[in-house]
Amino acid sequence: MNAIQRIKASGGFKKSFVRFFTKGRANRSVGGTMFLLFFIACFGVFALFPVLFMLGNAFKPMHELYRYPPTILPENPSVQNFGDLLQYANESLVPFTRYVFNTGILILIGCIGQIIFSAMAAFPLAKFDFKGRGFLSNLVVYALMFSGAVTAVPNYIIMNYLGLMDSLWAVLLPALASTLGLYLLQNFMTMLPDSLIEAAQIDGASYFRTLVQVIMPVVKPAWMTVFIFTFQNLWGNTGGSFLYTENIKPLSYMLSKIAAAGISRQGMASAASLLMFIIPVVIFIIAQSNVMETMATSGMKD
Amino acid sequence: MKKKKNNSAFKPTVKTSEWKKNRSLYLMLLPFFTLFTIFTVLPVLFAIVVSFTDFNVLQFPNFVGLSNYLSLFLNDDLFLTAIKNTFILAVIVGPCGYILSFIMAWMLCELPDKLRVFMTVVLYGPSLSGNVYMIWTLIFADDSTGFANSWLLSSGLTNEAILWLHDEQYMMLIIIIVQLWMSFGVGFLSFISGLQGIDKAQLEAGMVDGITNRWQELWFIILPSMRPVLLFGAIMAITGAFSITGTALTGFPSTGYATHSIVDHLNWYGTTKMELGYASAIAVILFVLMIGCNRLIQKFLRKVGT
Repeated sequence: MNAIQRIKASGGFKKSFVRFFTKGRANRSVGGTMFLLFFIACFGVFALFPVLFMLGNAFKPMHELYRYPPTILPENPSVQNFGDLLQYANESLVPFTRYVFNTGILILIGCIGQIIFSAMAAFPLAKFDFKGRGFLSNLVVYALMFSGAVTAVPNYIIMNYLGLMDSLWAVLLPALASTLGLYLLQNFMTMLPDSLIEAAQIDGASYFRTLVQVIMPVVKPAWMTVFIFTFQNLWGNTGGSFLYTENIKPLSYMLSKIAAAGISRQGMASAASLLMFIIPVVIFIIAQSNVMETMATSGMKD
Repeated sequence: MKKKKNNSAFKPTVKTSEWKKNRSLYLMLLPFFTLFTIFTVLPVLFAIVVSFTDFNVLQFPNFVGLSNYLSLFLNDDLFLTAIKNTFILAVIVGPCGYILSFIMAWMLCELPDKLRVFMTVVLYGPSLSGNVYMIWTLIFADDSTGFANSWLLSSGLTNEAILWLHDEQYMMLIIIIVQLWMSFGVGFLSFISGLQGIDKAQLEAGMVDGITNRWQELWFIILPSMRPVLLFGAIMAITGAFSITGTALTGFPSTGYATHSIVDHLNWYGTTKMELGYASAIAVILFVLMIGCNRLIQKFLRKVGT
């Protein structure tokens, strides 16, 4: 009802078409809007392809998984793969919930810690002038550019020296100091008007309080994005060369082991990879829905 | 509307001694930079030092001076091929992927919120799923059952299957296509968040000031006000473009080393041959290349929207 009324009010289908797809902006052309939708749709179809394929694979019985040429959707869909996966999880030496718990702990501490630590460091770097600011900023940018392949060995040595080997901290601590999150937050905070901070200073707020109460709500899109990256990073982390004890290994390690077992477990493995995909997607959708237009509600006019 | 202040650093107004004034600022920096020094700066410094030695993980390293660097440029023809390939890939994929992901983010932000979130998930989906290459190995499979080959054969454009991933003629092209398709990653997401942060009052003011279409709005309002995010995206694009490796598609080593990149070379020495001294020298060269490129792009980005 509402939509029809709006179309009538705005006069003509063309105009309401543009308004619908551009959040009611008046200075948009019909042709441009059509082109925009077409462009997005083209890429969307291509991006959906691998996801569809994975979805299909999870429901394919074994003989269809190895059919050549491969089909995208299963002919006789079955939930057998998920049943196998459930059985495998029940029979594993370390209870399945333990892996889930480990990953949960990693993600909980990792995401919260990363956002707090990097926001605390990003705020001074973005908005204040002090000795060493330029140096630290450059250091962060340069750190993003050094290839990880050769730092694996020194990392291992340092971890061993600190006695963090075979504990979740070996995965967590480097994740807390991820440069990506800091640099992203720093760049977003640079965009904020200085008057926002000046106002808080006049009200007598400390730097930390300014950060928590004034800055963080405004840069919510930025730390939501940092949250996504950290989540993705820790969700896919198998513990690598740092975790040995089965008890503290994360979920992704347990699931990656299924695929490593070879052809006989491919069905189960494709069900597992769907599972590994669905949860980040749900988190991603929640986070993205929160990336709304915060600036509009912050009430600042520069 | 007041003229927007330059993004210069905000200076605290309280006048006390330098150290006392900034003490709380340094305290805020402390936790991150402690961890950062231990887990990022130290390993990088270690790698830089190792690049002047013949460290092979097993024996105690000997100092060899610049010999690693010299032999990279003088004795290692494959490294020169790798540099050439990396440059071709970076020059095409870097800027194109960067612009593509920005345009896409900008277009998505015009859409209604629900549709925007849906399309963002769809486009970012491949990055979440982690099996991005698989679909392309199906499309460009070497035999007649690959999607590309079967289409070409049935339409009569060719009469034999093309070895897409093993014919030096096509390998580079395919890696470029796949990398461009994969450009909706970290940079893309930060663009979306950056665009959400743009002050709506500014856009309205722009409309009053006579901005008539979306392209003018983009150039005069949106681009200048999100310059820091553009910079972030650029750095992501640079690191991404210089770190391209096509081994998931063309295998390692690729046919005739047609897609052998610096990172392939680095991984080969660092993780297969375990010649860490040599691999570190490659990493340092790659590092210097990226820094140089970053300088150039920063200069360029300052001119945007002026």
